[in-house]
Amino acid sequence: MKKKKQLFETIIHGVFLILGLITVGSVLLITIYLIISGIPAIREIGIIDFLFGTQWKSTAAEPSFGILPFILTSVYGTAGAVVIGVPVGFLTAVYLAKIAPPKIKTLVTGAVGLLAGIPSVVYGLVGMLVLVPGVRVLFNLPDGANLFSAIIVLAIMILPSIINVSVTALEAVPKEYEDASLALGATPVETYFKVSVPAAKSGIAAAVVLGVGRAIGEAMAVIMVSGNVANMPSLFQSVRFLTTAVASEMSYSAGLQQQALFSIALVLFLFIMLINATLNFFLKRSKED
Amino acid sequence: MEKQTISIMEKQTISGKRKFYIGTLRFLMYLSAAITCGLVLFIVIYVLIKGIPNISWELLSTQPSYMDKSIGILPDILNTLYIIIAALLIVIPIGAGAAVYLTEYAKNKKIVSIIEYTAETLSGIPSIIFGLVGMLFFCEFMNMKTSLIAGALTLVIMNLPTIMRTTQESLKTVPQSYREGAFGLGAGKWRTIRTVVLPGCIDGIITGCILSIGRILGESAALLFTAGSAHVLNGFFQALGDPGSTLTVALYFYAKERGEFGVAFAIAAILMILTLLINLLAAFVGAVFKKRRKI
Repeated sequence: MKKKKQLFETIIHGVFLILGLITVGSVLLITIYLIISGIPAIREIGIIDFLFGTQWKSTAAEPSFGILPFILTSVYGTAGAVVIGVPVGFLTAVYLAKIAPPKIKTLVTGAVGLLAGIPSVVYGLVGMLVLVPGVRVLFNLPDGANLFSAIIVLAIMILPSIINVSVTALEAVPKEYEDASLALGATPVETYFKVSVPAAKSGIAAAVVLGVGRAIGEAMAVIMVSGNVANMPSLFQSVRFLTTAVASEMSYSAGLQQQALFSIALVLFLFIMLINATLNFFLKRSKED
Repeated sequence: MEKQTISIMEKQTISGKRKFYIGTLRFLMYLSAAITCGLVLFIVIYVLIKGIPNISWELLSTQPSYMDKSIGILPDILNTLYIIIAALLIVIPIGAGAAVYLTEYAKNKKIVSIIEYTAETLSGIPSIIFGLVGMLFFCEFMNMKTSLIAGALTLVIMNLPTIMRTTQESLKTVPQSYREGAFGLGAGKWRTIRTVVLPGCIDGIITGCILSIGRILGESAALLFTAGSAHVLNGFFQALGDPGSTLTVALYFYAKERGEFGVAFAIAAILMILTLLINLLAAFVGAVFKKRRKI
């Protein structure tokens, strides 16, 4: 009787262990699949030609598969989004965490939550019909679907991540630090920026890195506003990102072309892993602070 | 009161340079917060104004027909619903089970940290990569073809970390003494979990479900190559095996491939209203649970 019960408990334990390991299995599955399906094309094309080739002509009679335009576009696009999005997000976060009255704080936090919840295709749609024509008229261009439009959309899309994580970090700063600064004669605003912000710097860094991850991984909104031509990146030129390169050709690709798309995904995955590692580093340090 | 005295102090004793610094920062903070709120307001109002006039009963209740060149989004609405139901039915047991394992069973710290690390990794992977691997694994390797169930399974992996995290958080609020009480009464581990621990984590599971529904509703890149883009009217079980587009994927195709911006905005308005409702629901449920925990 007792043995039977013990066996039963062991089985239940095993079931829960398996459920717990599904996450690990999923990450392994994704990693292994991307590596296995991404390597053949890189081997056939040659890693130097693949990573540093500036020509992407996947459907030409003599195809060439250089993804440097995509890599650079993703890097520039993300950098641009960070340059615009981080100051706005950071200052909003300081306002929310330190200055805003409770009622306004609830309202603005709700608005930020909504910004995070809006589907990326809706950003894409609004971008297509408001931003793209706006950019075309404003800068007097033949077409407004370019890197600049994509940067603006990405900057808006990464705002919620930056704001939420920064607010959490700023709110965790011990009140004693701020009290000490106020007692020494600093004004509240000086205290927030010279005491609270430095004390929360790891958390704010994590917020920025999280924003970088969001921006580099976004596909659908960007595909709708960036023009989607495989040019070397330039602010007012139609461009293609790592994500949109995969998304735009996957449905009709075959053979080496499809394998090359998997290789692009592998490159994107490596970027993401690097960003995740950085994020973990900052999160860990912010917990230790 | 305290703030008032400080602001009076600011005026009286502070040098011009400091005043400028404080004033500038203050202005920039208000400006940034205003920009953020303005953006949200603009997007919401713009989408609703452009979209709502295009929503008609005919659009909501029919399927697209090439014969009369009409567009209906009923299949897309149903597909979205089916994919949410299917994904949640699968992800809840797995996610909640994993959370129970982490908080109740796991003694090996290494396993815990590996599972938690992979969950974090999973939540950082972009959806286009989920879509790609979902296509390779579910559609091709498992031979499910492009189908709603392949899409739902892809979404299961995407949403696992969310359900795990919210369940884990609520499990931590179940007092240790409850467990000890149950053990003291002679209940086994499983019985304790079933009768004492699991009822306590319903809060977390519900919160996780709301968050996941929001995420599934807005997902498009992961579904493009796994669930496809067909607009056929089907029953639940029939639909799972067939390709079908959700509202977001339909929006993408109508806007990008066919230039049907009226329909696209109608879908966008529907998505926007649902997103609003889900956010309100999440806030409401969060407040209720918080109150209940205090009592």
